Amino acid sequence: MFDNLSQRLGAVVKNLRGQGRLTEANIQDALREVRVALLEADVALPVVRDFIARVKERALGQDVLHSLTPGQMLIGIVQKELTALMGEQAVPLSFAAQPPVVYLMAGLQGAGKTTSCGKLVRMIRAQGKKKVLLVSCDVYRPAAIEQLKTVAAQAEAEFFPAAPDQKPLDIALAALDYARRHFFDVLIVDTAGRLHVDEAMMQEIRELHAALKPVETLFVVDAMQGQDAVNTAKAFGDALPLTGIILTKLDGDARGGAALSVRQVTGKPIKFVGVGEKLSGIEVFHPERMASRILGMGDVLSLIEEAQKGVDQAEALKVAKKLKTGKGFDLDDFKTQIQQMQKMGGLGGLVDKLPGMGQLKAGDLAQGEKQMRRIEGIINSMTPQERRQPEIIKASRKRRIAAGAGVQVQDVNRLLAQFEQMQKMMKTFAKGGMAKMMRGMKGMLPGMPR
Amino acid sequence: MFSFFKKDPAAEAAKPAASWAERLKSGLSRTRSALTQPFASLFAAHAKIDEALYEELETILITADVGVEATQHLLGALRARVKRDGLTEAGQLKTALKAVLGELLAPLEQPLDVSGHKPFVIMLAGVNGAGKTTTIGKLAWRLRQEGRRVMLAAGDTFRAAAREQLEEWGARNQVEVIGGQGGDPAAVIFDAIQSAKARGIDVVLADTAGRLPTQLHLMEELKKIRRVIQKAEPSAPHEVLLVLDANIGQNALTQAQAFDEAIGVTGLVLTKLDGTAKGGVIAALAKRRPIPVRFIGVGEGLEDLQPFRVDEFVDALFA
Repeated sequence: MFDNLSQRLGAVVKNLRGQGRLTEANIQDALREVRVALLEADVALPVVRDFIARVKERALGQDVLHSLTPGQMLIGIVQKELTALMGEQAVPLSFAAQPPVVYLMAGLQGAGKTTSCGKLVRMIRAQGKKKVLLVSCDVYRPAAIEQLKTVAAQAEAEFFPAAPDQKPLDIALAALDYARRHFFDVLIVDTAGRLHVDEAMMQEIRELHAALKPVETLFVVDAMQGQDAVNTAKAFGDALPLTGIILTKLDGDARGGAALSVRQVTGKPIKFVGVGEKLSGIEVFHPERMASRILGMGDVLSLIEEAQKGVDQAEALKVAKKLKTGKGFDLDDFKTQIQQMQKMGGLGGLVDKLPGMGQLKAGDLAQGEKQMRRIEGIINSMTPQERRQPEIIKASRKRRIAAGAGVQVQDVNRLLAQFEQMQKMMKTFAKGGMAKMMRGMKGMLPGMPR
Repeated sequence: MFSFFKKDPAAEAAKPAASWAERLKSGLSRTRSALTQPFASLFAAHAKIDEALYEELETILITADVGVEATQHLLGALRARVKRDGLTEAGQLKTALKAVLGELLAPLEQPLDVSGHKPFVIMLAGVNGAGKTTTIGKLAWRLRQEGRRVMLAAGDTFRAAAREQLEEWGARNQVEVIGGQGGDPAAVIFDAIQSAKARGIDVVLADTAGRLPTQLHLMEELKKIRRVIQKAEPSAPHEVLLVLDANIGQNALTQAQAFDEAIGVTGLVLTKLDGTAKGGVIAALAKRRPIPVRFIGVGEGLEDLQPFRVDEFVDALFA
């Protein structure tokens, strides 16, 4: 996700090798590179200056610990400061008010407010049984209200209808009244996108805020925003008492400097990040994990969480046992493994969070995932007996399987060969351990570092 | 209802150029103040050209989203010019910077000409929330002003209410919108082109769903849409517009590159220049991926989508 930044930092600190102490002279170049890297990542200039100054202050005169290289020392400092910059801890949504609790969304045009509304509903639902009402005060953009209505239906939340000829404030108050009378727990108020320099529109949202007294006023900001992110964030922060930030389209950017700037300028926590277009694409923002990610140290914590969420424990145990003994590992188990991997966000999701895997190209990954789906298809076209005893698969069965899965006979052959290889590996693994197996695995997926 | 047809395109074109420049100026005024205020104070603070002045210039350009690479290029060219012309006064630097920036941007000024084909098929693409549908609405209005018959193809079959949004624009411009509920975007656009051919439409504007370049399957879908357009009309698409949000920073480069590789972008539209975003990313693009900038969006009004003109753009920035 943040590969460009981490790669740059990685290249820089290599030059620091073999220094016994961090001094002004020897970190000068490294810091300049950090500065350029952050700027290229669209971190706002004032924030960058501040950041560099703080890292420098911390780093100067530090003795390099025995077990560390100077580069690692500097990265460590940078990481700590990055975490501090983005806020130390994850901050949950507040429900602390008499229901209906009101959430107000604000942001520029095209930041992703309406989509975030739908995602928020999902998030709230996941936290407990709550009755949610959605209302749109966007009377300006054509079909904006219609859009929220569709989103509400997808998220299975109730939608409060409105017409574009009504006043935003009237719509909001009517919705609040309705929510009160029908005992809703949460009312999410979507607003029109507005420029922070548009005085009339900013006044409108101030009035909305005054009338609704929302518990959360969420500033929705595009992770890809450039240097101007500081200005917009500051203007919105000045106009409204924001309580949190939602960072959207985080999957689209290799850098995401806005994440660093916005938090710094508004002083408000980033509560959620939006990834992907599906309504489930929302994650709680974890500053310390994000800092690790930026530095290419991987986000193993999130990975473990994903794994616990997605993996069926009993299944996993069964396969693990087979793996250990190297006996009875059949094509069904192979398929289960592939499916579990897909539950954890697919190859892309996995690699994104693993340390040192940032260099893999997106194209290679997509190919790998395609291949995985193909393998699944081929196995699905086999009979249970064939899955248990692949050795019975001869020419005629192969033709049938290939036709069933819509692939060539060669593909079936390749899978069978791979599976045989894997079985062999399992046996080595049972005897000799992980290192050997990893060596054996190389080349099985395209794009793996060889 | 047919007043749009009656409007004389020549009269429209004959409007004094000043009004255009005025509008651009006012649209860019915030950009300008963000750029020129620092410049003004900069040129006031420094009488002579020195290193500190260059460093300040670097800061200003970077804050305008010009990007590290293009900034260094501009400063390098500026230094060369200062040396060549023997400039010493800080005031002279402004003229020199204008010239250098103009030189960098000059290749991007290529207005869109829709008269070569009938129907002239324009495909629009971009990331989510860049302003594609709004751009289509404004573009349709502009083409109608020129007296052309326009058809809109609602190729965004994914986002909630995208078709309704386009239909609203169609109604405002009295332009027909072809769309299907859900379904395949390529098929919708194919139908639109077929029907445009049958009805003698001049320009087809094909909307597509917003997508991030990292979503490879969606980029594949975009390639397919392009192929299908070609099937409907072998010479099409005659123009592939990438819509970029001026608020986006250096990621605009990534976007331009990814979309260009997928569907061969022939023109850019830079939207939302009326905020405080500086549009400096145009310079970064000119350096890395020079693709003509066909239009810039400087406001919410229908007439605020304007052809990109380097001289006026640079002038407006430094006025």
